[in-house]
Parts: sequence; structure tokens; C-alpha cells
Amino acid sequence: MSHVSSKGLYYTIFISLIILTGVTVAIARVDLGAWNTPIALAVAAVKATLVILFFMGVRNNTPLTKVVAASGFLWLIILFGITMGDYLTRSWLGIPGR
Amino acid sequence: MHPAHENHGGHHPMLQHHFFNMGQQLEASILGMWVFLVTEVMFFGGLFMAYLLYRTLYPAAWLAGSHELNEVLGGLNTVVLICSSLTMALAVRAAQVGARMAQIVNIILTMGFGTTFLVVKYYEYAAKFEHHLVPGAHFDPTREPAQQLYFSLYFMMTGIHALHMVVGLGIMAWILYGAWKGHFNAEYFAPVEIAGLYWHFVDIVWIFLFPLLYLIGKHQ
Repeated sequence: MSHVSSKGLYYTIFISLIILTGVTVAIARVDLGAWNTPIALAVAAVKATLVILFFMGVRNNTPLTKVVAASGFLWLIILFGITMGDYLTRSWLGIPGR
Repeated sequence: MHPAHENHGGHHPMLQHHFFNMGQQLEASILGMWVFLVTEVMFFGGLFMAYLLYRTLYPAAWLAGSHELNEVLGGLNTVVLICSSLTMALAVRAAQVGARMAQIVNIILTMGFGTTFLVVKYYEYAAKFEHHLVPGAHFDPTREPAQQLYFSLYFMMTGIHALHMVVGLGIMAWILYGAWKGHFNAEYFAPVEIAGLYWHFVDIVWIFLFPLLYLIGKHQ
């Protein structure tokens, strides 16, 4: 009925998350120009994925639950994409006051 | 109690009668919790959207605001929350294998880490009040007005996150009661499982808040 993961797996994920937190802090000190934030977000996304797949156990859930869990992030992309698509293109027309 | 409940006809006493079996009930509970968590993703998503837009419009205000946050306390709280997620995962595992004492210990540890997080947050907030960084009439007038946007989002995002922590502590207290009574075992652990999903979600929100609020100006 349910999958019981080993304690060792949870400890491994825990240590990975701590290491990735250190990586985030270390990379933030290096000037990578425009890439600092995308890289910080990429590391955060990896950490979130580890939590979702292992701590939250989504890898053992039904396909339907997996689709629902993923859908939240799909809606986020739509929210960010369409809103920024609006704001970032407003100046293109050159109309005063946008 | 309804007479029909007195004799469960051989099925598990915690099986609600609109489910066929315990496995289906657990799957439905997990799916339902995820549907709720998707609404939570969009709830916080609105704030992240505001963050993205205003940071794009006022990048200098974001860097100046970020310099006022205490990176050490923010990092400490990140580690504290990751620890709480580990103990939460171990609490769910303890419920799955029916280990009562391990459930109790790990839930108490989770609550301890959660409380530690909130205490650290209290000291951070107090410093912001002392330094006149709270948006409004008493905001430091020597600062660029756009920085109020940064601190508005800082307080709203971390405040609602902290509120979720408080709610999580309440849920944990309820789970702790059930664990103490020995309600959870290999056949029935859905409450621990879905409370864990909530707790891990709140951890994930902080995983994004920490770099986006505390670390964006550190390379300068």
C-alpha cells in the first residue's frame, strides 16, 4: 500500500540539502553579472525537487498525484511568463506613459 | 456514534465509508493535499510575481534592501528548516512502520526546529523596526522610496511564511496528540503523511525566499 524509504536515504537527502545551501551562499559571493540570480534559482529548484521527490515522497505516489504536483509549477510559469511578457514589452510601442 | 459504526464489518476502524479500502483512502488524502498545495503555490506565486516585477523595475532598491538583511540569521534559519524537514520525514516513516516513540520524538523535534525558526525571525523583525526599515510613516527618509517596495515584499513574504509555520506548529501539536495516543500505524498514517506534505511545502517556500531576499547583493 505504501513505500517505506530507508532512513539512510533521508539522511543522504538532508546532507545534500545542507551542501546545496552552502553552495548557494558561496556562489552569491562571486560576481557572475546577470547570472547570479538564475544560478541561485537553479540551485533552489534542485533543492525543492529533492524535497518534493524524496521527503514528500512524490516519486512513490500515483501518476495522477505527480501530474497535480507538477501542475502548480506549470501555472506559476504561465503567471510569470504572461505578466512579464506584458510589462517587458510595453515600451516597444514608444507611446508616452506606456 | 451512528449505529453503523459500532460494527465495522471487518474493515479498518479508520476507513471512512465512502472509500473502498485504506489504500484508496490514503491515495485520495495525498491527492487532496496536493491540490491544496497547488493553491498554496499560486498564493505565494502572486507574491513572487510582485517580487519579480518590482525587482525588474527597481533593481538598485532591491540590492540596497538586501544589504540590510542578516545573511547569517537567514542562513541559520535555512539550516533549521532543512533539519525540521528531515525530522518530519522521519516522523512519517516512524508512523509507516508503527514506531510510536520515534513518531513522538521526531514530531517534537520538528516542532522545536519550527519554534527556533520563529524565534530567530522575531529577532530579525525587531532589528528591522529599530533600523526604521518597516514601510510606512517611520521608514528611514534618507532611503530611496522604492526600497519601501522591497521591504513591503520582505515583510509580506516572510510574514505569511511565518504564519504558515505557526499553523504548521498547530497541526504538529494535533499530530503529536494522535501519535501519543498510538493512532498511527502501517495501516493508518495518512494524517502524519499529509501534515508532513504541508510542513515540507513551507520549507520549500523558504528555500526560494532565502536566496531571493538575503543573497542578491552579496557579490557587490
